[in-house]
Amino acid sequence: MPEYEIPVLTTTVEKMVQWARRSSIWPVTFGLACCAIEMMAMSASRYDIARFGAEVFRGSPRQSDLMIVAGRLSRKMAPVLRRIYDQMPEPKYVISMGACASIGGVFDNYAIVQGVDQVVPVDVFVPGCPPRPESLIYGIVQLQKKIDKQRSFA
Amino acid sequence: MLDLLKAHLPEGSFEAAESLDGMTTISIPRERLVGTCRALRDIPELRFAFLADMIPVDYHTREPRYEVSYLVASLGVAGFGTAPRRLRLRVRVPGTDPRLPTVSEIWPVANWAEREAYDLFGLTFDGHPDLRRILMPDDWEGFPLRKDYPVQIKAPVKTYEPLQVSAEEFVANVEAARERARS
Repeated sequence: MPEYEIPVLTTTVEKMVQWARRSSIWPVTFGLACCAIEMMAMSASRYDIARFGAEVFRGSPRQSDLMIVAGRLSRKMAPVLRRIYDQMPEPKYVISMGACASIGGVFDNYAIVQGVDQVVPVDVFVPGCPPRPESLIYGIVQLQKKIDKQRSFA
Repeated sequence: MLDLLKAHLPEGSFEAAESLDGMTTISIPRERLVGTCRALRDIPELRFAFLADMIPVDYHTREPRYEVSYLVASLGVAGFGTAPRRLRLRVRVPGTDPRLPTVSEIWPVANWAEREAYDLFGLTFDGHPDLRRILMPDDWEGFPLRKDYPVQIKAPVKTYEPLQVSAEEFVANVEAARERARS
């Protein structure tokens, strides 16, 4: 036995990258409707998404990793959503929050997009109307699991 | 109220209409809308200076198909009429010729209200300074609040850029804004 241990952990670069990515998911501010209130509650102190490293809501898509589409998306807004998504740097993820964003919800009419997966690729759908903050935190944890399985250096 | 109107407005410019809620309602022929509205606003005893709202209704299959309600108010303070009053004006518009004259010259607030009526009901306002869509995308087809418009459309979502500005236009816009700020 040596008299002292060198404080070193060994791992692979891939695991390191996955750990860094899933521990700092920065969402872009994109609240569209009442779901955004629950999203804000999730980021505030009571539910505290900072515990999962995702608390830094950025005002600019260029600093963000995650887009939480919180609310119903109108057809007029769809190009705007797409443009903001295009401005985000890779790797980027999308959570579709609530019934309206996922399938149109109660707004089955001409003006509302029936599911944002027609506009951007969605990683996690969170059901609810609106989902409670716990549901959205669960969605983010699911996204973290998904990121953990991503192979960056295959 | 009706007597007051009869005393000040010319013959034939309006007639009393039925009203379920007790609010004084008059019906105006489409051709005389502008003249009557101007008189309602300008005659000192009336002074309906405030257009509160403008409501188009589509009575599909009935003719005349559309009916536009204007809710106007006289404030009843110094210089704005003798007493606080509210009045509802109705104009009937046939479905075969959905046009009516603009009142945006009289009440500037009608500008956007008429654009909304054009956007959602397809009513054309003659003489309107800027009759464009206001709520729906500029290239939208059809008028969504007409009763014969399908509620659910299965058209694909358009995701192209709605507003594309070239580099020259961008510079020109910035220059124009600077010019406005200086003057």
